[in-house]
Amino acid sequence: MMLKKIPAAIALASLATFAGSALAQVKVGVISSATGPTALVGIPQKNSVPLLPTKVGDLTVEYIALDDASDSTASVKAVKKLLSEDKVDAIIGPSGSPNAMGAIQFVAEAGVPMLAPVGTAAVVLPMNEQKKWVFKTTQNDDIIAKALTEHMVKAGVKTLGLIGTADPYGENWEKVMGGLAEANGIKIVASEKFQRSDSSVTGQALKILGAKPDAVLVTAPGGPSVLPQTTLFDMGYKGQMYQTHGAALPDFLKLGGKKVEGTILAASLMLVLPEIADSNPSKKVAADYIAAYEKMHGNKPATFGANVYDAGLLLKQAIPLAALKGKPGTPEFRSALRDALEQTKELVGTQGVYNMSPADHSGFDDRGRVMITVKEGNWTLLK
Amino acid sequence: MNFQIAMFLGQDGVTNGAIYALLALSILLVFTVTRVLFIPQGEFVAFGALTMAAIQAGQATAVVWLLAGMAVVEATLDILHRFRSQGRFSIDILGFLKLAYPFALALVLYQLPLATLPMAIQAVLTFALIVPLGPLFYRLFYQPVANAPVLVLLIVSIAVHVAMVGIGLLIFGPSGAKTLPFTDASFPLGPITLNSQTLWVIAASLALIIALYQFFERTIYGKALRATAINRAGARLMGISPIFAGKASFFLAAFIGTLSGILIAPITTIYYDSGFLISLKGFIGSIIGGLVSYPVAALGALLVGMIEAFSAFWASTYKEVIVFTLIIPFLLWRSLTVRHVEEEE
Repeated sequence: MMLKKIPAAIALASLATFAGSALAQVKVGVISSATGPTALVGIPQKNSVPLLPTKVGDLTVEYIALDDASDSTASVKAVKKLLSEDKVDAIIGPSGSPNAMGAIQFVAEAGVPMLAPVGTAAVVLPMNEQKKWVFKTTQNDDIIAKALTEHMVKAGVKTLGLIGTADPYGENWEKVMGGLAEANGIKIVASEKFQRSDSSVTGQALKILGAKPDAVLVTAPGGPSVLPQTTLFDMGYKGQMYQTHGAALPDFLKLGGKKVEGTILAASLMLVLPEIADSNPSKKVAADYIAAYEKMHGNKPATFGANVYDAGLLLKQAIPLAALKGKPGTPEFRSALRDALEQTKELVGTQGVYNMSPADHSGFDDRGRVMITVKEGNWTLLK
Repeated sequence: MNFQIAMFLGQDGVTNGAIYALLALSILLVFTVTRVLFIPQGEFVAFGALTMAAIQAGQATAVVWLLAGMAVVEATLDILHRFRSQGRFSIDILGFLKLAYPFALALVLYQLPLATLPMAIQAVLTFALIVPLGPLFYRLFYQPVANAPVLVLLIVSIAVHVAMVGIGLLIFGPSGAKTLPFTDASFPLGPITLNSQTLWVIAASLALIIALYQFFERTIYGKALRATAINRAGARLMGISPIFAGKASFFLAAFIGTLSGILIAPITTIYYDSGFLISLKGFIGSIIGGLVSYPVAALGALLVGMIEAFSAFWASTYKEVIVFTLIIPFLLWRSLTVRHVEEEE
């Protein structure tokens, strides 16, 4: 009795799938780490999903949001599910760099573009057959690093100490800064690693103090970026402290307090939006996003949420172009979508302006970041 | 490496080691009395630290509703149990008080100006919120399977740990927190300055170890717990309730965990999931003590703290690897020297 029903159920299910594609509906999967260790990044991203465009031209866009609990294995599982069961046309996510790295192979095999709101440049660099399906909606580390190095050169920094997390974020920064510092005549005299979960970084801080650098750059994402800096402060380190855009969170100010006063970082203009000149094209987009988010969730979004919002903007302008080549749900549509994303020109996002090319799948230029300092417990534009 | 650096690292190692030692002791205590490897011990540390931080920020935390929810489930179970044995619904005074406690506490929390209270009262409130969770954990999760093999109890522990981490995220959110130091003073000691929080940690740990020693040696309840630890069946024959022993050991574990949380919160940022790694290092301490010896476990935990501090200096990339690899020679040594005794049950 039960056995007889199964083929009928399968037939019904496949009929439903056909009916779905006949409605000319674009399906987009969103994977975020709303729980687990990277939840600080994932929650604003998940909260931004309702703000993504639901109608593009004649097409409706449906979003299927999944949580990977910050686990790379779960991310890959979610990607596979979205590809094989939900038959999505594009994927936004996952939140974490290692998670996104693990997903690349599968989206490339399925021929579905993935817009990754992650920090590490390794998801799009070096460009190859697989990574051409991946786009990155955050500033590449080297754009931020270039700005920081420029500031160091101007401030007369000759020796630099690095302390970062022992994960792809910290490692990529070590690589990027290594090359840039050398080219600008800055010597890296100490390079230390710590774990996100460490309750003490005294050992690493002592090693850095011992090397007596003119300045120290902390390369850690989110809350953990505070501990090395406060430890160095407590030990009486007097040099200039630099942070990456990974520290650009309200938490950094809350946890650091007076001890992070005067820190210099390069990050998205969203942090100091009121101080940005009205002529900056991103100001209006970012202000709209922040207002919509605040209305829906009652608090200000972290920049990570904007990376997902920007992915929505990129899709919004690419979907109509792709729709000319094929129906949503077909391989033609997906590959046309990829081509359209790659040809994005002068698209204004919340954190800068996108100019994609076959070689550059992040597309930000110097308009994507500003120099910021911490003054009286607040982010302030560095003039 | 010079003397000054060694002093700094030593101070760091002792501070962390003292906390690991506390956790090692409570893991050992729970294991010997109930045979439960108490993985969620770390959650008490995180919950304690985050609750203290929330109180200092002037917010009444939702932990009180977790407590209330668990108390309601406990009361329901008690009433059902009595219905099954007596054939009628009834509730005794003690049961009623246990049920009313979290709601009274919630009322207090939402009325008091939390942020401006003296720190000692804030700490008392934190204890009042977190410590009752210990016996409740035992009552709800472990008592129904108290006679199951150690492996089953371990699986329950892991389940409780995973659930509590999730609840922690729900209650406290993903961002970390730090609390104010107890005192701002620091004392010069030779070439370095001694942080007053370090002294607090060491003093509190020592005081607690002495108090526990007195409790186990001098009081009838302490002796009852020790008797249960040495021989469960024998203790039961002598009229010691295994349920009481279990709840008491979980109460102590929750107290020690919360104290550790309050002690460590001014030193470092604690996240909702920070507890696990901290208690894991305490666990290594108790493994070094062979899950039997309290003094060796405490010394082992101190050793873990020291090795952690020094390996962070010499090879920061491999710090965690070094600390956790440490357990292998000890397990080898243990398995080669200790005579294996079959469990009597």
